[in-house]
Amino acid sequence: MQELIKQIRDSARQLLEEGKVHCVIGYRQGSIPMRAQPYFAYTPEEADNLTWSCFCTHNLAKYLIGRKEPSAIVAQGCVTRNIAGLIQENQVKRENIFILGLNSPGMIDHRRVQARLPGKIIHEVLEVSDHLVISGPGFEEKFLKRDVKRDNCYTCTNRNPVIYDQLIGEKGEETGGGNIDKVAAPWEGLGSDERWKRFQETFKECIRCYACRDACPLCYCRECFVDESRPQWCGKTVDESDVYAFHILRAFHCAGRCTDCGACESACPVGIKMRRLTSKIEKDIREMYGFTPGLDTEAIPPLSVYRPDDSEEFMRK
Amino acid sequence: MLEKIVFKDKLDGLLDKLGREYGLFAPVKDGIHTVWTAVFKAGDLDWNFTNTDLSPKGFLFPQTECMLVFENDPGSTEGMILKQPEPEDRPKALFNIRPCDAKAFAVLDLVFEQDPEKPDVYWKEKRGKTLLLGLACNNPCPACFCTSVNCGPHHTDGLDILMQDLGDRLLLTPVSPRAEGFISDLDHASEKDIKLASELEQKAVGMIKGRVNMENIQAGSIIDVFEHSAWERLHESCINCGTCTFYCPTCHCFDIQDETSGVYGRRVRNWDTCMSPLFTLHASGHNPRGGKLARFRQRFMHKFKYMPFRLKGALGCVGCGRCTQKCPVNIDVRHVVNKINNN
Amino acid sequence: MINPYLPYPVRIRDVRVATEDKSLRTFELEFINSEDARAFDYLPGQFAELSIAGCGEAPIGIASSPTEGDNLLFTVFRAGKVTSRLHNMNPGDIMGVRGPLGNPYPFDKIRGKNVVIIAGGYAVTTLRSTMIWLLHPDNRDNFGDITFIYGARTPGMLLYMQVIQEWEKSGQVEVYITIDREVPGWDRHVGFVPQIVEKVSPSPDNSVALICGPPVMIRFTQPGLDKIGWKGDQIILSMENRMKCGIGICGRCNVGPYYVCKDGPVFTKVQLDMLPKEY
Repeated sequence: MQELIKQIRDSARQLLEEGKVHCVIGYRQGSIPMRAQPYFAYTPEEADNLTWSCFCTHNLAKYLIGRKEPSAIVAQGCVTRNIAGLIQENQVKRENIFILGLNSPGMIDHRRVQARLPGKIIHEVLEVSDHLVISGPGFEEKFLKRDVKRDNCYTCTNRNPVIYDQLIGEKGEETGGGNIDKVAAPWEGLGSDERWKRFQETFKECIRCYACRDACPLCYCRECFVDESRPQWCGKTVDESDVYAFHILRAFHCAGRCTDCGACESACPVGIKMRRLTSKIEKDIREMYGFTPGLDTEAIPPLSVYRPDDSEEFMRK
Repeated sequence: MLEKIVFKDKLDGLLDKLGREYGLFAPVKDGIHTVWTAVFKAGDLDWNFTNTDLSPKGFLFPQTECMLVFENDPGSTEGMILKQPEPEDRPKALFNIRPCDAKAFAVLDLVFEQDPEKPDVYWKEKRGKTLLLGLACNNPCPACFCTSVNCGPHHTDGLDILMQDLGDRLLLTPVSPRAEGFISDLDHASEKDIKLASELEQKAVGMIKGRVNMENIQAGSIIDVFEHSAWERLHESCINCGTCTFYCPTCHCFDIQDETSGVYGRRVRNWDTCMSPLFTLHASGHNPRGGKLARFRQRFMHKFKYMPFRLKGALGCVGCGRCTQKCPVNIDVRHVVNKINNN
Repeated sequence: MINPYLPYPVRIRDVRVATEDKSLRTFELEFINSEDARAFDYLPGQFAELSIAGCGEAPIGIASSPTEGDNLLFTVFRAGKVTSRLHNMNPGDIMGVRGPLGNPYPFDKIRGKNVVIIAGGYAVTTLRSTMIWLLHPDNRDNFGDITFIYGARTPGMLLYMQVIQEWEKSGQVEVYITIDREVPGWDRHVGFVPQIVEKVSPSPDNSVALICGPPVMIRFTQPGLDKIGWKGDQIILSMENRMKCGIGICGRCNVGPYYVCKDGPVFTKVQLDMLPKEY
């Protein structure tokens, strides 16, 4: 990890010194345990604030949208897939960005760590090779990182960067080890009543802060449907119907574009597992269209394209 | 001597007495979350929590609250005339509320009841019948900085009773007159216990490492703070979601919406957030806070400059640290305030 | 306890299309309960939330003067959801009015002074109210000379021309009406309001200016007044921002620490100069 951090800083410093980019978007050390802050380094000196850890859960691709100056970005597999998607959707110009690509170690779900330490106040968490060392008043614990990863990092299919200009470190294992097709769509086999029940249980605590939307690199509409007032598509309350309408519509809006980066679940302050919904949609997209988002800067997501000769075999069945 | 003592396993008497008048609620763990939950007996209480995920502001200022109702039928005699529904809520007692959250209620009193002639009736009605029994913090969390913002781990502002946790027993200090009746029959506290409570307070204060400084923010002109060069860098990573505002115990901005379903109509208010462009968007399309920086800055200006200006120095922050803990991109309020305080 | 969010029920008494492009309509509202009319105690410059059950509320300046009786006048531009619905409403329909809200023009402070009123477009509404009030026999003697400068894009976009002509005839007011561009048959001023202000060149001596108009008009009028010696505390402006509660709680209409709904909408230029330009 220290070697990777050094390489990130060296590369960033060089890019800034040579004036190749206006800034380098990466992460710096968070202010509380198990957090990394998105960080924008503008000067060679600021490059030394950049860091890398298994707490880099926020998808930095979001910050490229609307950026005019050439920028470099620290990007692991899923983030590069989102960058590819944004290039395809004309939100980012390839020539305007310099991708410092690196293999993702699989990011930690801080809630999972806390769940293993009920009632404990965590003051410090250190990464020691494949372990986390967690301490607080009167305790110190050691967990294997792989036991406390985020759900999506277990089933990751592209830990290595899909596109990059410079590779930081070396390519590593390509997948998280889990089989996404097996764990996606956890409600798929259930009857509709049971599915509805699980759906309600999953989303009912939503407070509609829209952190999921605002963290998501797919959500860049100038005006989100949920904010439109004429007509108003969706009520503003935390009544169930309004909450569910928001999540269903948002999930469908991302269909065929979602890279399963997990930024939504990491951002959610409530801990809602919205991937239970999006993973079903992405599974359908894979099965029906044979499409995986973000692997190619040219490939148009299937629901974003219209062709008169589209066969839509699955619709005829 | 006003202080009383009660053993935790003997709390049922007090809870019974409170329960006759009030619905009782307390922080209880639900998985990794700590949630305000209805409680009925001493055994339901949790003594090992830091603070609830969401602040208790929703008890007095629900995220969605019906303000007015009407018959959605222009043809009927009373149709389309808005009316105030009868308040339904039974009085509530919030047991083990943390001092920071009680302090937030005291701050919000200044906002919702700024005009004593015409207070916000929804807040005032519920506030008047809510009893706050505070549990002092002996073990503050790493994001806390209450001692920098006119509050503290054993602070009593807003409370009816302060309870200090001495291990197997609680030291109870009445703060408001309406609380005294509930604890009058408990045993008087010993000098030793009072001293122990005071030591615990000192220790808790010492554990709070977070500091914010705001002398320059308070002394500077509005324009100078508003135009501080640091906003540019501070706002960069903000994704403009509403998490900080919804978790904040003192954020109180709201939106008003009308809804109809058949002949039933209602006017509701919902928590709103200054992070949303919609918050200030004019019907013309003009937006006085159209940019992310302006929205980010507003939240801090409101809490640390505008509210003190309007409310005789009261800050819109009690140092609970929820915004820092919940922010998806770890924007730390302490860092922001300290940066803006640097001239 | 008075509920500040509860509107008074009113009936639409009359609706008139106010401009040639039909973007503005004037509504006359009648209180359903006469005690509400008494409770609605207002002065020119204040506004009210027009409240349509099932649709929402829109803050609109009061165009009538309390000297005109109990009914209220509002001239409303069709802009958002509520004002669009309002434009489709008819005499006899029931709605609500919540207010009066905000502060009136500071008539106590400007007693004995000359009053220069500068209005652009449909922002003239609260200044209509002001004029009617100032010209009322109870009030007229408490003020000096009154000058009324008002402009709109075209003759058909000018509001309240009938009553303005009456003021003119009364000889109690100097009236200057302007339109943006020449139109056949138009024999009054031509040009933007700031240009007419410069031409009229009202004296700042013992005077105040009440200004209400689109931001661009305000921006260009101020330098003209500065040039002829007007000071910031003589210039009184009426502001707008998105509002909901109208009573300084819901948080959206602030300009710096001041809420336009509660501390405004009337501000002096001196006050505004010390505040962020978030309006």
